[in-house]
Formats: sequence, C-alpha cells, structure tokens
Amino acid sequence: MISPEKLFEQIALCGFTHVVWVPDSATGLLERYLESAPQCHLVRVCREGECFPIAAGLTIGGRKPLVIIQCTGLFECGDALRNVLHDLRLPVFFIVGCRSYEAWKANPNHADTARLYTEPILKAWDIPYVIVENDADAGKIVQAHGEMLATNKTRAVLLAEP
Amino acid sequence: MELADFLSALKEVRKDQVVVTTMASAREWPNYSDGPLDLNYAPSSMGQGPALGLGIALARPERQVIVLNGDGCTLMNLGVLVTIAGLRPVNLVLFNLENGVYEVTGGQKLAGSGRVGFTGVARSAGWERVYEIKEAEELRRELPGILRGNGPVFINVKLVARPGPSPKPRRPMPETLRMLSEALAAGSAGRQAR
Repeated sequence: MISPEKLFEQIALCGFTHVVWVPDSATGLLERYLESAPQCHLVRVCREGECFPIAAGLTIGGRKPLVIIQCTGLFECGDALRNVLHDLRLPVFFIVGCRSYEAWKANPNHADTARLYTEPILKAWDIPYVIVENDADAGKIVQAHGEMLATNKTRAVLLAEP
Repeated sequence: MELADFLSALKEVRKDQVVVTTMASAREWPNYSDGPLDLNYAPSSMGQGPALGLGIALARPERQVIVLNGDGCTLMNLGVLVTIAGLRPVNLVLFNLENGVYEVTGGQKLAGSGRVGFTGVARSAGWERVYEIKEAEELRRELPGILRGNGPVFINVKLVARPGPSPKPRRPMPETLRMLSEALAAGSAGRQAR
C-alpha cells in the first residue's frame, strides 16, 4: 500500500483546491496532512454520492477538486457519478481506496467481495483508471491527473489496500 | 401556496444570485428566469441538487447560491443537510419545497408524508437559520429578510401538489454549465476590479 506521506506528496503536486472525501481506514491516514494543507480545503461529506455533485459545483466555480472515497462508496454513488461525468460532462479526478485488493492477491477466494467488483464498475462507467499498489507507483497519480487536464476526461486512481 | 406563487415571489427579490432548481422547479423556473446564473438541474441525479449548489457556494463564497429542492429530493439525500451544516457556507440558501408527493412521476406519496417535520430535521442537523413558510403573503413579506444575512439558511415552503411532467432542459447541459462558469468568473473578476 502507498504510504500516506507519498500519497499526500502526489496530491499536493496536482494543485487541488479542495479534497471532497469520505475516509476509510487506509486513506484516513491522510487526515492530518489534509487538515494542515493551507492551500487545499478539506470537505467532509456524509455519503459518497455527495462527493461528485460537490466536485461538479466546485469545478463550475473554477476550482480544482479531488474526490477520495473507498470502493464501497464508489458502489453507493453510481447515479451521482453517472450524472456528473456523463450528463453534465464534467471531468472529476478521484481516488478510490480498493478494500481487500492485497488480500485478493494472496487469496483468490477471499470472503470480502469489495475488490472483485471495483474495476468492472469503473469500466462499466467508462472511467479510465490506474492502479497504485505502493510508493513505487506514486508517479502514476500525477501522470493520470495530467492526462485528465489534457483530455478533459475523468481519471480515477485505484489504491491497493489490505 | 402554489409553486407559481413561490417562484413569482422569488423572481421579484432575486438579484445576482445563482439559482439551482430541481424537478418541478426546474420545469417551471425557466418561465421566470433563464439566464446564465440559472442552473436548471436536468437531467439530474435525484437528491443531489443541494450538493451541487454547495460546491458552487464553496467555490464562489462572494456569490449567494439559492437551491430549490423538492421534498422527495431532500428525503433522498438527507445526509447533505449535515454536510452543509458542518461546512457552514454563509452564501447558501436552501428552499425545501414540501408537497408530500413525487410530483414529476405522477403524484405518488412520499415515505413519511405528512409525518416528517423538515424544519426539525434541519435544526437537528445543525442549521441555525431555519424558517417555515405556508402562505404566499407571508412569503412575500419574509423573503427579503431571509435572503439577507449569513447562511446557511433552510426554508421549508408548504406547497399544493400539482403533478406534472419532468423538466425538459432548454439547452444542452454542457452549454448551461459553460454559461454559468463564465458568468461566475466574470462576476468574480468584476468584483475584484471594484
């Protein structure tokens, strides 16, 4: 799993103005970094579906939001995600903590199905993504963000979690 | 009160605020105003109008954002009331248009219709400025004061249910959003220049 220090370093390089998030046990380690980032506002929401319309509003208003959620939240926010990306046609850069990603690598019959459906869901919504398994992959985040800016199309980052 | 009474009263006092409409209000508001600062949220993700308005409000704190949300929409995403109360955007005004039914799908009753108290929900979620308006005359009297001062403000407006069709956007959504973005950027630049 990528370290919170390295993850925050990459987030800071992208120049986001707002991070809209629902933490999980892995991305939650970012909290102290995000709270102390003077140039980036932390937007705490109750449920993942709120993240995408809030990010849309921020984008309409000229800001640069980042959404951080867990894959279970990705499942929850399907209609909001569809609407923002495909009806409103607003690109959103988002990071998804993929729960049980590492457990599935170790055991293909792992009981938690969260990882199993994450990539198919992203493909179904027509969202290109990169997978970040550890610190060595960190550069993929800035690269994916650059692709979003260049193409004006949404990009997602999947973080491998335990 | 009829929806038309509410929209007419809002039209009279509205200045340079962004107005985000949903469902029946998105269908009817363009008959009152259809400029760059009007975001008729259709096609929508039901329940996400307040979140969309919140994002604009956070992005542009110098600009008041008014969201018109149906009661069915509010019930579909009650958590956003807590999110907004937690963030305390001073420039956000949320009208909950309560008629007890899903108006654009034929008038089916909402879960808890007639039993849920929206002002109580808002207060418990942490909103400090909370109002309930039942009559058109009361609305016209109170509305200017409601829009003055710091938000977030929650106003529950009791309306007569009039089932009707879904909203039909008058222009493609990307064009609507481009117009709004440009108007917000231009307004911000103008305010900075002053």
